[in-house]
Amino acid sequence: MAQPEHLLYSKEHEWVKVDGDTATIGVTDYAQNSLGDIVYVELPKVGGKVEQFGNAGVIESVKAVSDLYSPISGEVLEVNNALDADPAAINRAPYDEGWLFKVRLADAGETANLLGAADYEKLATL
Amino acid sequence: MSVGTLRRTALYDEHVRLGARLVPFAGFEMPVQYSSILQEHDAVRRDAGLFDLSHMGQFVLTGEGVAAWADTLAINDVATMKPLQARYNIFCNEHGGAHDDTIFYRLDGRWLLVVNASNAAKMWDHLNAHMPFSGVGLANHHGERALIAIQGPKSVAMLAPHVRADVSAMKYYFCIEDEVDGVAAVIARTGYTGEDGFEIFVENEHAPKLWNDLLTRHAGEGLVPCGLGARDVLRLEAGMPLYGHELTEAITPVQAGQAWALKLRKPQFIGRDALAAQVERDDFSRIAGLVMEGRAPAREGYTVWHGHRNVGEVRSGSFAPSIGNKNIATALLQPAAATVGTALEVEIRGTRHPARVVALPFYKRST
Repeated sequence: MAQPEHLLYSKEHEWVKVDGDTATIGVTDYAQNSLGDIVYVELPKVGGKVEQFGNAGVIESVKAVSDLYSPISGEVLEVNNALDADPAAINRAPYDEGWLFKVRLADAGETANLLGAADYEKLATL
Repeated sequence: MSVGTLRRTALYDEHVRLGARLVPFAGFEMPVQYSSILQEHDAVRRDAGLFDLSHMGQFVLTGEGVAAWADTLAINDVATMKPLQARYNIFCNEHGGAHDDTIFYRLDGRWLLVVNASNAAKMWDHLNAHMPFSGVGLANHHGERALIAIQGPKSVAMLAPHVRADVSAMKYYFCIEDEVDGVAAVIARTGYTGEDGFEIFVENEHAPKLWNDLLTRHAGEGLVPCGLGARDVLRLEAGMPLYGHELTEAITPVQAGQAWALKLRKPQFIGRDALAAQVERDDFSRIAGLVMEGRAPAREGYTVWHGHRNVGEVRSGSFAPSIGNKNIATALLQPAAATVGTALEVEIRGTRHPARVVALPFYKRST
């Protein structure tokens, strides 16, 4: 799966879709493939705050628990509750149905700390 | 990470060709998965899966004294094994803790002892340290013989065309010495998945062709290669102990629910007195099965609570597709908390999640 062009990426293999002053966050195809079958995800609480590159929860595959980081700071507006019953959506459609949570951006300038598709592509094909 | 001097089984090239994700395991580079752990798990429960187990230790024991000698080192009966019988057995230390759980195979003119890959060196040293003056010969074939397992309800149908003897007539935990696709093999009706299946021992040089022929011939019927990841989910669902988790140098067979394999009428074997005393006192912490109520998996090391009391820790845990997609676990628990039906909590990242003690095994095949 080629990296969607309109997204920004973190080195921890998350993607961000900025929409004005809000953003949607997920993990990349590289992440879901590395993790394998995802069986559980712990997301930040609605109303809570996340920090750029700070801990935002947990993603669990069959064999392991992995930390989830937020690629951008903000207040959590919404989380993908469908993942409760269907965490495999992250594997099937990491950029789409498998989105994780949405935030109101604390500082739009933080996008400068993220990678564009081409730069992330280099990271994701190591 | 340095891979150092990792060994490879005779099937390494096949794993690479199949796109396996390889990981270091007990000193070998082994496939943890080929496609997905859950898909491989489902294939074994529904059709059949093929496993490379060539990393496990294989020792060949010869001589008139083998059975009597083995009976002084392991807890289950060896001398009473019939020709071509296979039997689960556990070697213990003086305190009754487990050195390893193993399978003995009584073959023609020799015995085969298969040990866990992670304990191969320890067990080789242990056997050698207790060699009698005469009557027993030992040979270490670790890494020199291949072991391929086919496991699943279609195992008989898939293996039968490759073997002259009638594998469907084989009793559970018995072997034949025959040929598979024209090469000499020991075939045992044994396994570690809770499904019907066979474990096939062949010389390394014949393993790749056999592996590929089985996959090519039976892929259309659902046979897939399966890695160690799926193997672990399958064995946990089937309530089978994994050394290092439910059995350790500090966890005895009695604690691990394997007292059925303990033959105290044998007058003398390492650990006998400690195990007899443990059975007598019945006050020991023990392995219990847990089912989590919620979606968060329990993992090894998590604390288990019974009300306000810390009653033990999780030893193995996994998402379990065959148990209604629930999360299951084994835990070593204080006896009062280990009764079937007890409501407990597993602490996951500082929060306590409800669970209940259930009888093992979690999963039993219907046929």
